Amino acid sequence: MTNSIPEIEDTDCIFLIGSNTTEAHPLIAHRVFRGKLKGATLIVIDPRKIQLTLQADIHLRINFGTDVAFINGLMKCILDNNWHNPEFIDERTEGFDQLRKSLEGYSLKRASEISGISVEDMVKVAKIYATSEKSAILYTLGITEHSHGVDNVKSLANLAMLTGQIGRPSTGVNPLRGQNNVQGACDMGGLPNVYPGYQVVTDDNVRAKFENAWNAKLSNKVGYMIPEMMDRLIDGSVKGMYILGENSVMSDPDTHHIRRALSSAELLIVQDIFMTETAELAHVVLPGACWAEKDGTFANTERKVQRVRKAVDPPEGAVPDWKVISEVGKRLGLNMDYSSPSQIYDEMRKLSPSFAGINYERLESGGIQWPCPSEDHQGTRFLHQGRFTRGKGLFHVINYRPPEEMPCADYPVLLTTGRRFAHYHTRTMTGRCPTLHNEFPTPRAQINLSDAEKMGLKDGDLVKISSRRGELTTPVQPGDIVPEGSVFMDFHFMKANPNILLGTSLDPVSKTPDYKVCAVRMEKVIEQNSATQSITEG
Amino acid sequence: MEYKFVRTTCPYCGCGCEMLLEVLDGKLVGTYPSKSGSMNYGKLCIKGWNANEFVHSPDRLTKPLIRKNGTLEEASWPEALDFTAKRLAEIKETHGGDSLSFLTSARCTNEESYLMQKLCRAGFGVNHIDHCARL
Repeated sequence: MTNSIPEIEDTDCIFLIGSNTTEAHPLIAHRVFRGKLKGATLIVIDPRKIQLTLQADIHLRINFGTDVAFINGLMKCILDNNWHNPEFIDERTEGFDQLRKSLEGYSLKRASEISGISVEDMVKVAKIYATSEKSAILYTLGITEHSHGVDNVKSLANLAMLTGQIGRPSTGVNPLRGQNNVQGACDMGGLPNVYPGYQVVTDDNVRAKFENAWNAKLSNKVGYMIPEMMDRLIDGSVKGMYILGENSVMSDPDTHHIRRALSSAELLIVQDIFMTETAELAHVVLPGACWAEKDGTFANTERKVQRVRKAVDPPEGAVPDWKVISEVGKRLGLNMDYSSPSQIYDEMRKLSPSFAGINYERLESGGIQWPCPSEDHQGTRFLHQGRFTRGKGLFHVINYRPPEEMPCADYPVLLTTGRRFAHYHTRTMTGRCPTLHNEFPTPRAQINLSDAEKMGLKDGDLVKISSRRGELTTPVQPGDIVPEGSVFMDFHFMKANPNILLGTSLDPVSKTPDYKVCAVRMEKVIEQNSATQSITEG
Repeated sequence: MEYKFVRTTCPYCGCGCEMLLEVLDGKLVGTYPSKSGSMNYGKLCIKGWNANEFVHSPDRLTKPLIRKNGTLEEASWPEALDFTAKRLAEIKETHGGDSLSFLTSARCTNEESYLMQKLCRAGFGVNHIDHCARL
């Protein structure tokens, strides 16, 4: 997030797009409620009638995967009505003329046809977002998990820069990140192009610094991203993989492809706390410790580094993951002899200017938001004040591209996926919490009531859903949450996991798979009883 | 009897709610929201309130496993660690560092992700490290 979570409640306009906040980020949704109570206008843009639409001042039921067409439409409205911020554009940005030119001939009527949002609604929302004193964009995977996810994000950045709704409190472009430490895993250089603190691997000075610190020869070539690793396991150019705390078999798209990739490995090492579907394929399984059993830090979605404290011992035989990795490293001759996580953090921060000022002693009095370059620096509540990271903010001309696999005659239904309130990802943890299991014991595919009537389906009836990749059986939950012609599935249950159905169309830049738009066929299961039993057992 | 509360951060989503783990004689018995947390100021969601429930699950992995003749068999820690390091080194020796890839975890700590990327980069001279942020 460019800004901080508490700032959400002091904004004038909350522009929430592609985020089912009440289910996926409940305590951020709470700030949205408080913002609304304090007078903010809440605009929700989502194809589904999610819970927040009940509180929204405006709900725009956008067609799946058409965000770019819609956002370009908003920018066209803003420019046509002079609601943009020329001062901000002059001082803080570049590339505006190209953007303006690209939108000159842009047809609002066409944007409306693509996105399903009326021109009138576009004008209304454009005005509120642009002319409110403080407007904040919140988004989640409804924006990024597309074959045009990077385009979507850049379009939102364009919108914020065009109106100067960034670089001030309670504004900004705010991705709500899905996992406890997905921010931290990026911060720590768990990416193929950067060292800790986003220092790029292709920079000779950076590399020399890390070579010196680690006493090792390092590569200046950007490494493989996950989809590339999987493909290379299949073609044999990657032989071994070491997976820490990730259930790829269940969480990656196109399950058959992932299973084939991991089964092709000469050596698969999986370190986890439970026997996951991924660990079952491993050659070595290493039992780690869970968050309550070890010391460390997490970084939340607002870049705040916070302490994780050991409350209990791991079960006998399980070992904190930092110790396991260190032991493997030491056996390979690396200098990885650590007595505590605090010592590891200190090694990291000496090499990473963004975190240099954060240490365990300071974290005792609360989390610190990076960048925090020195120990007397209080941390950074919001980014881009006065200046962007690259200097001037760059506008990108983005043209709408439809999702790669749209419904067709053979596969006429649009499948989209996401989370449900009581569960978390592949349910390795929440499936073992009796309270949560009882709240949500079986999968439920959301379909529209009118489709249910046409197919003669009632709540809990089973359907077979198939795509070009595979098929599954799931109970349905008819209602008005999803629009006609679409189905929403969670990916929490292995026996009805939509990843079996999803394709591997990727964003060309980020290699993020499209989890939000896929073409499927849906048929009523004739023999309901026997199939029900097999699903509920899963 | 030892009874205490330990302040920590929730293990689920990216909100980063602060919570108190209730510990009785070395076992987790409850989870409560921290009122001093600036993010969640005394509130948690349903997953947070029940975060302690999976920790002592009988399904927890407690023994390293090594695949022998097609099946995963229990092994000692020294055996599993030696085997892991030896096989990684062999593959590097035979096929080069480029033939190895590493996934760190968005669920583990910063310190652990730092170590995973150090292991990958310093140990094998490659940048083939990634995690599920991309997914």
